[in-house]
Amino acid sequence: MSPKDESIVISGVGLITCFGVGIEPLWKAMLEGRTGLHRIERFDPSGFTCQVAGELDEDSFKVKNIVPKSHRKATKVMCRDTELAVGAAADAVQSAGLTTAATSDDPPTIEPTSVGCHIGAGLISAELNELSGALVTSQKENGSFDLAHWGSEGMQNLSPLWLLKYLPNMLACHVTIVHNCQGPSNTITCCEASSGLSVAESRRVIQRGDAVLCLSGGAEDRVNPLALYRQHCTGRLTKTDGTGDMKTVVSPYTTDANGTVVGEGGGILIVESSTSCNNRNGTPWCTVEGIGCRQSFADSPLDADPHAITSAVNKALNEANCIPSDIQVIIPLGSGIKQVDDAEREGLTNVFGESLSSIPTITTIPYTGNCMAGNGAISIGVAAMAIKEQKIPARLGGTETPGIQAERCSQTDLAINKVLVITPSEGGQCVALVLGRINA
Amino acid sequence: MTRVVITGMGWITPLGNDLETVWKRMCNSESAIATIDRFDASSFPTTFAGQVRTFDWKQYVKDASVHRAPAMNSQFALGASRQAWDQSGLGNFEGLNLDRVGIYLGAGEGVLDFSAHSLIDTHSWDVNDGKINPVEWANYASENLNEWGEVEQEPNMPLWHVAKEYGLQGPSFNCLTACAASTQAIGEAVSVLQSGDADVMLSGGTHTMLHALGITGFNRLTALSTFDGDPKKASRPFSKDRGGFVMGEGSGMLVLETLEHALARGATPLAEIVGFGSSADAYRITDLHPEGRGPAAAIRNALEQAGIDPTSSIDGKPPVQYISAHGTSTQENDSIETKAIKLVFGENAPNVPVSSIKSMMGHLIAAAGSVELITCVMSIQTNMLVPTINLDNPDPDLDLDYVPNIARESQVDCCISNSFGFGGQNNTLVLKRFVQEH
Repeated sequence: MSPKDESIVISGVGLITCFGVGIEPLWKAMLEGRTGLHRIERFDPSGFTCQVAGELDEDSFKVKNIVPKSHRKATKVMCRDTELAVGAAADAVQSAGLTTAATSDDPPTIEPTSVGCHIGAGLISAELNELSGALVTSQKENGSFDLAHWGSEGMQNLSPLWLLKYLPNMLACHVTIVHNCQGPSNTITCCEASSGLSVAESRRVIQRGDAVLCLSGGAEDRVNPLALYRQHCTGRLTKTDGTGDMKTVVSPYTTDANGTVVGEGGGILIVESSTSCNNRNGTPWCTVEGIGCRQSFADSPLDADPHAITSAVNKALNEANCIPSDIQVIIPLGSGIKQVDDAEREGLTNVFGESLSSIPTITTIPYTGNCMAGNGAISIGVAAMAIKEQKIPARLGGTETPGIQAERCSQTDLAINKVLVITPSEGGQCVALVLGRINA
Repeated sequence: MTRVVITGMGWITPLGNDLETVWKRMCNSESAIATIDRFDASSFPTTFAGQVRTFDWKQYVKDASVHRAPAMNSQFALGASRQAWDQSGLGNFEGLNLDRVGIYLGAGEGVLDFSAHSLIDTHSWDVNDGKINPVEWANYASENLNEWGEVEQEPNMPLWHVAKEYGLQGPSFNCLTACAASTQAIGEAVSVLQSGDADVMLSGGTHTMLHALGITGFNRLTALSTFDGDPKKASRPFSKDRGGFVMGEGSGMLVLETLEHALARGATPLAEIVGFGSSADAYRITDLHPEGRGPAAAIRNALEQAGIDPTSSIDGKPPVQYISAHGTSTQENDSIETKAIKLVFGENAPNVPVSSIKSMMGHLIAAAGSVELITCVMSIQTNMLVPTINLDNPDPDLDLDYVPNIARESQVDCCISNSFGFGGQNNTLVLKRFVQEH
């Protein structure tokens, strides 16, 4: 079979969210309707209008414990985003049953030059204590900053490798080193669409014959004062001091939806040709049946565009050779940002018509917060789990969501053959994926 | 396989803002490296760069108000893409389906307001705790940071600005693989066209790290040249006394199109992209693999896709007549790149001219690859090879033909362009003179 005709499967899922490492803790919380959002504890958020996030307990995840001894020193130059990606990748490799340079000294399951890596990343925000600790050495007595002193002496207080922590491609760089992936490697930086676009690229790379398997997804940490402030600047965050009901702090598609909250996390998916998966007796979670990518023509990069959403979904359905009524579940962005929610509803209504309100959705952001570049991977991981378990987890948020089935509800069993995942992003990229049940 | 051609190109560079001027200056071996005047860098270890100096982005857009206040990287992207779009003639093509026109950029982040950030960070520092007070930090940030300026920091903002300017609504991606980004973007844009998902892709890169924190970061890495002398002599790729790269900035943009689409609308192909190779070093955070494993794999894969045997000959000459090198002027890169070229081309290697335009305009980081690919197109169009300047003191270990100091007339029908990024991403494109029938 020519690579371009290869069907593509997801053969491993590695997630990291505020619930911990792995799909299981997130899935369990979603079945129970238990949000991971709470008032930020990593720093005092009192100066911010949004003081809630999906925050992973720092003690529950130590990247040093999951990398080979040879790479332990390099963890010193990992920012949080990279740690999350490395954590998710380790989980994904284990989930897929792969042997890599990180798992044992045995020969790898797949030849390293045939393993690609596409990991979405965000605008990585500097750790302020590290940077500020250096900057204050160049503060004049009157409090102003002395650039001349910084240039001649102050900058010496920054670690020599400081910059390398914050290059977005460092997520993929560390992952490729740890697992010895020598195939094509890329870093998509398209906010919430990054993970979905990474999967699109992994598929394309496999189908043109440059790899047979890719570590694909994204990760981002927005629970950092600078990153949080940057999201505040978009006007997309809700206002909360963390004292209300955390189950409704993000209420997608309600008439009074008033913003989102940030999170930290993401996921790495093992995107693989079905031939490769079969040859190594892997167990695929689902197939990637169709993908559509489009750019918004909205007047602001902060707005979503219904036309782009409609067009991306239609493209994905067309590729999957299915019609709207073949879709049993939709996982939209569901951010609680009113304008984006409205655009998603309109774009989906253009495709599904009135039947949209009868198709159940799964919304992850009320559980994890918006993990930006990592968000799509979480959605795809949850979609894969829903297909595997034939189950819709509970939904959080409001009680009335006109035109779309996204109101608060408990878990239900459901026969699921196809799931549509959509992520429109800040900046206007939109990606839609149709995932299918194996042998459906 | 679907054939992909270039039908438009444009650049904003330290050497100028249009194709002809920059090309002429490169052929004249001119350097754009000079003292930084965007901020006072006089006390920094590095005081010079390739800086874009006379450029007004508003001249390149239909309605500046649509773009609000674009960051400098977006400004460069708007300037370069206007040239490419106009040259392609797509603006006058009434049959254009904008859902089938995509965009794939390798754009860097926006410019950080170092002045404001340093004020906020230092004023919110709690001496007793030895860390910032986040409450005070948030208050200072609200008072001193430009909110829209922070939004413009996202690396996908140039994508939004360019797509908005032309109404592009097809597949859209931005990648950021450090110095390899725009070569990778172009290679993947070609792949999008070959997959059938679009008829036209606008692709390239844009970046500036020419600000106090950018220079700081690279100075701390000891990657930047600290040359003590005439700045024009600072960027010295392949020279024995090369001492690091020189920062540049700018943008290069290309209109890529399926041959079928280009010919159907009567467009003139400028060149054809026939191969793309991509690899990861998977070696170390700070070092390239000593044997050039990753770069060699990228070059080899690209040539293989192009159906070119690098060790073969055509009428006694190598099948590739020019290599636009990554050629950063760091000890490590230039040595490893030379090794990789030798690995792939074997006995042909000494007969393939290699040059680095970074000697003249510095390193445009994410945008470098796209500007260098345009240089390759110009080489094919003019049969001229631009030089590696400042190559007065050859490194005896680097023994290829680096086109030292003076441009050279030479028949060029096929060339490759290399880009290798910090972090180990390696990308190579193969370009050929357009001939309608293979």
